[in-house]
Order: sequence, then C-alpha cells, then structure tokens
Amino acid sequence: MSQFWLSLLSRVVAIILLVVVLSLVSSGFLSVQNLINIVRQASLLFILSSGLTVVILTAGIDLSIVSVLALSACVAANFIQQGWIWGGSLIGLAIGAGCGLLNGLMVALVGLPPFIATYGMYWIAEGFAQVFMQGQIIFGFPGGFRVLGAGYVAGVPVPILVMVVVLVACFFVLQRTNFGRYVYVIGANREAARLSGINIRGNLLLVYSLSGLISAFAGLVYISRINAVESTIGEPLLLPAIAVVCIGGTSLFGGEGGIGGTLVGALILTLVTNGMNLLNVSPYWQWFVMGAIVVLSVAIDQLGSAKVGGA
Amino acid sequence: MSETVWRVWARRAALAPGAVYALIVLSLVFGVFTAQFLTLHNLTNVGMQGSVLIIVSLGMTLIILTEGIDLSLGPVLGLAGVVLALCVKQQMGLPLAILLAILAGAAFGALNGVLITRLGLPPFVVTLGSFGMAQGLALVLTQGSSIAGLGPAVQYFYDGRILGIQVPIVMTAITFLVVYIILYHTKFGTYVFAIGGNQEALSLAGVRTRLYKTGVYVLGGILASVAALVMTARMNGAHPTVGVGLEFDAIVSVILGGTSFERGRGWLGGTIIGALAVSVLRNGLNLIGLSTSWQVTAVGMVIILAIVVDGLRGI
Repeated sequence: MSQFWLSLLSRVVAIILLVVVLSLVSSGFLSVQNLINIVRQASLLFILSSGLTVVILTAGIDLSIVSVLALSACVAANFIQQGWIWGGSLIGLAIGAGCGLLNGLMVALVGLPPFIATYGMYWIAEGFAQVFMQGQIIFGFPGGFRVLGAGYVAGVPVPILVMVVVLVACFFVLQRTNFGRYVYVIGANREAARLSGINIRGNLLLVYSLSGLISAFAGLVYISRINAVESTIGEPLLLPAIAVVCIGGTSLFGGEGGIGGTLVGALILTLVTNGMNLLNVSPYWQWFVMGAIVVLSVAIDQLGSAKVGGA
Repeated sequence: MSETVWRVWARRAALAPGAVYALIVLSLVFGVFTAQFLTLHNLTNVGMQGSVLIIVSLGMTLIILTEGIDLSLGPVLGLAGVVLALCVKQQMGLPLAILLAILAGAAFGALNGVLITRLGLPPFVVTLGSFGMAQGLALVLTQGSSIAGLGPAVQYFYDGRILGIQVPIVMTAITFLVVYIILYHTKFGTYVFAIGGNQEALSLAGVRTRLYKTGVYVLGGILASVAALVMTARMNGAHPTVGVGLEFDAIVSVILGGTSFERGRGWLGGTIIGALAVSVLRNGLNLIGLSTSWQVTAVGMVIILAIVVDGLRGI
C-alpha cells in the first residue's frame, strides 16, 4: 500500500512539473478560463475511466466502453431532443448497463478472456450506433438537459461537480463496502477469492454492468456538453481512457491501485493534451502521443515493481 | 462396419472448426438468396478481396498460438501502405519502397515483441499502445489525407496475372506456403506451438522463448506490410486509416478457423477457411444490400458466437 501512495506522490509531482512547464512555455495556460477548461475536460475522462478502473482492478479490461458510450448517447439523444429528458437518459443508461451485463456474462459465465469479449462488444455496439444514426448528427438539446454538461452551480461547472460525486461514490464503494473488497481480492488472487467463498461470477457481472452504466453516463455528460451527437463520438476516447487508468497506477494485472490514481491520471493526460493544443502540435501527433503514453506508463510501472520484487 | 465409418466421420465433423460450417452455411444462404454470389466472377472477387485479410490472419494465427494478440496489425497495415505510397511518390524504386514498408511493419512487430517479452506486459495493452502510435504516424505522414495515383507498377500487385492467375491470389498462396513451412517444418514453428502450450516449461528447458515470441510479432508485422502492398495496389493509393478494424476481422478469422486462445491449439489451414468465411460474409451482405453499418454489427456477433462456441466446446 505504501508503494501505491509513493507512486501516487510521484504522479502529483508530475502534475506540478507539467503545470510549471506549461505556464512558462505558454502565456495563455495560467488563465482562469483555461484552468477551468482543463478540469472540465478531465472530468469527462475521469468519469469514463472510473468504471474502467473497477474492471481493471479485477484483472479484467473493458474495451467496449467507448462504443457503448456512443450507442447509448445516440439512442438517448434521439429521445432527449424530443423533450423526453429523463426518459431518454434512463433508456441510455439502461442500454449501457445492458451492454455491460452482456460483457459480464461472456467473461464470468462463458469464461472468455475479457479483452476479446469486450472487443467483440466494441464492434457490436459501434455497428448498432451506426445503424441507428445512419450517418446523421443529432444536435440542439433542450436547456434542461444541457445543464448536465454545460451548466454552472454556484460558479462551478456541473461536470466538475459530477466528477466529485463519482469520485466520492467510487471511493466509498471500493474502500468501505464488501463489494469493493471483493473487487480487490478477485483481481489480486482469484483462486483465493474462490476458496474463501466469494461469489466471483456475481461480482464480475456487477463490475461489468457498472462499467457499461458509467460509460453511458459519461456519454450523457459528453453530449450535453457538446450539444450534439454522432455515431463515432466515442472512438477517440478509448486510448485516453485506458491511458488515464495506466498513468493512475492501477495495475493491469489487477488488485492494485484505486480511483484516486485515476483522477490524477485524468488530470495529467488532460494537461498533456492541453499543452499540445497550446503549443499548436498537430492533432495527428496526439494519436501517437496517446499510444506512447499507454506503453510508457505500463512499462515504467512494470519496471518499478520488478525492481522492488527483485530486491 | 458402415456404422463405424459413419461414427468416425461424425466425430470428425464435430471436431471441425466452426469456419467450415460457417463457410458452407454462408455460401448456401447467399447462393440461394442472391443470383450473383455463385458466379465465377464474384467468387474470384471474394478471393482477391479476401487475400488482404488472409495474409494478415496468417500472422495473427501464430501470435494467437503463443497466447498473444496484436491489436496494432490494422493500423500497422495502414502505416505500411502510407510508407509505400510516399516512397513511390518520391520516385524511389518500387523494390526499395516495398522494402521500407516491410521494415516499418517489422519495426512495430519488434517493438511489440520486445515490450511483451522483456517487460512481461499484457499483449493487448502493448499492442493497443502501438495501435495509437502507428495510427498517429500514418496520420502525421499524410496530414490525414489520401495519397492517390501510384501508377501501373503498383497496381500490378492487384490487377496483374502470373500464369493466368491473379497476383493477390498467387501472393496469398506463396505466403501460406512460407508460413506453413515455418510453422510445421522448422524448429521455430515447433517452439511456437510449445510456447502456447507451456512457456514456463520451455524456458526451463533452455529454449530462448523470448526471442521466438518476439519473432512471431515481427513476422506478424511483416505480413501486415505484405497485405498493405495488395491493399495499396487495389486502391491505387493509400489512406492512413484504411487498416483500422482489419485486426478485428483477422482475430475473427483465426478463432473461426479453430485456433484457440489457450493451450497452443490451432491449425493454419483453418485460418484460411475462417478468413474466407469472413470475406464471404462481407461480400454476401454487400450483395444483399446490407449497409456497412450492419456489417460491422454482424461480424461482431459472429466473433462472439464463434468464441462462445469455441469456449463451450473446448472444455
């Protein structure tokens, strides 16, 4: 555990360094507007990655989150645009949870490797989203719905408040409930979890359903913010979402890490993206940088733990 | 006696990979429901369009046999195509252009292999990372646009004929032969099966498993570049995102073909049948007039179905 806090500390230092460097390089960086923008962008990434964090803690992965986000957002948007704000949102959330449940069934009951089951779901949801939208864009949502992504409460953007709520909820669930403890145990040592009588299948079903539900929720926040939706909105988010969890120090082998790291990861990644934008780096390089960050953060973590293990 | 023969065949049929059934059923369905499917012209088309997928899938088979995965093969194919097209546009000789494209694929394969074997990272994360890097490089090199009009020398690799047979089909056959010999008639191939079966035991026996495993990813990258040559010739140009999603079709083909994610179980011939089944599925859905959106969904469902059946049967 102390090693986890140490790695978290090193990441906080990384944030401070990034902030210092970016404020020196770009005069526009330290403006209040830009800083609020950064946290608001980070909030979406954080919400999307929070469900993924729980999945990864069980030594699983969910590659379908972004197309589940797109599918549920597209269907929900269709109803929301006609004024059914609550009904549409609930339908979107239900679709997300349903896709997640299917993932859970494939992983927990059939026993498929998580990355292959969720990669299949990625394309299924992506296909349905394309079929549903037929290449169209839905835009212009009612004001009541736009509060979620673009509104303010007491001067604070709503997505940031939502991020805080999700953070507290995830922290409470992971640290203070039986379910949270089971998540860690299943990830750390599945055999031990089984022998101590933990219902692995049931908990995994819950974990993947939760991931789908949170993806759908992130989708609602996202489309409310940009006031439009098309079938491909999720695609550019997959690498960043996984990068956020990796940077946050949650181990891909399960059982190690937590939601706090994911918040730090979301901030770091958003700072990097924001910095590249301020420095006018071509958006095409961002794909490369995202990929490199995923590989580097996993590699550094692995090297670090290998040294600790060897000593 | 006839009963025993019947039983032997029944057992063989039950053990045949799903691809055999998929290919037969899909061909029958499309043959009945569309007039064009069972024409020589269309079937040749399926073979030629399927050649890109088959070549990529052959590399993916070896990777999956070692209990790995390579999600970057699609974007690596796109990048290799971009490198090839750019070199041709720079008036470089075609052989040099092809060599550089193959080097690009091999380099990404080596990067994947080294990270996976030396650091012990999960293959899907490493290759997802290189997915982004290859995609990014292809986009940066082209500024996100297509490169068109490469000329007849490149187009020969799709339109040309050798002894009356279309070049892509010849290339597919040669690639299959080479990979077949590597897998079934060399030490390397034996170790590929053994790594999937029990890497730990093989390492303890003194075999340099990391080296062989890295070699598998390098081969996968090289084959993606070879497929990129056919793809670039077909389009008479290159586009940075052309390969995205192809890695998925390749995984489907390998699984349908009866290669398992566990225990180093698999069959190279099955992959060809699997890739043909996927190609027939796409071709038939096109003939029926189903939009590409539905095709994405349909292929996604086929993979899930195939792996679920594979998982249930393998127990």
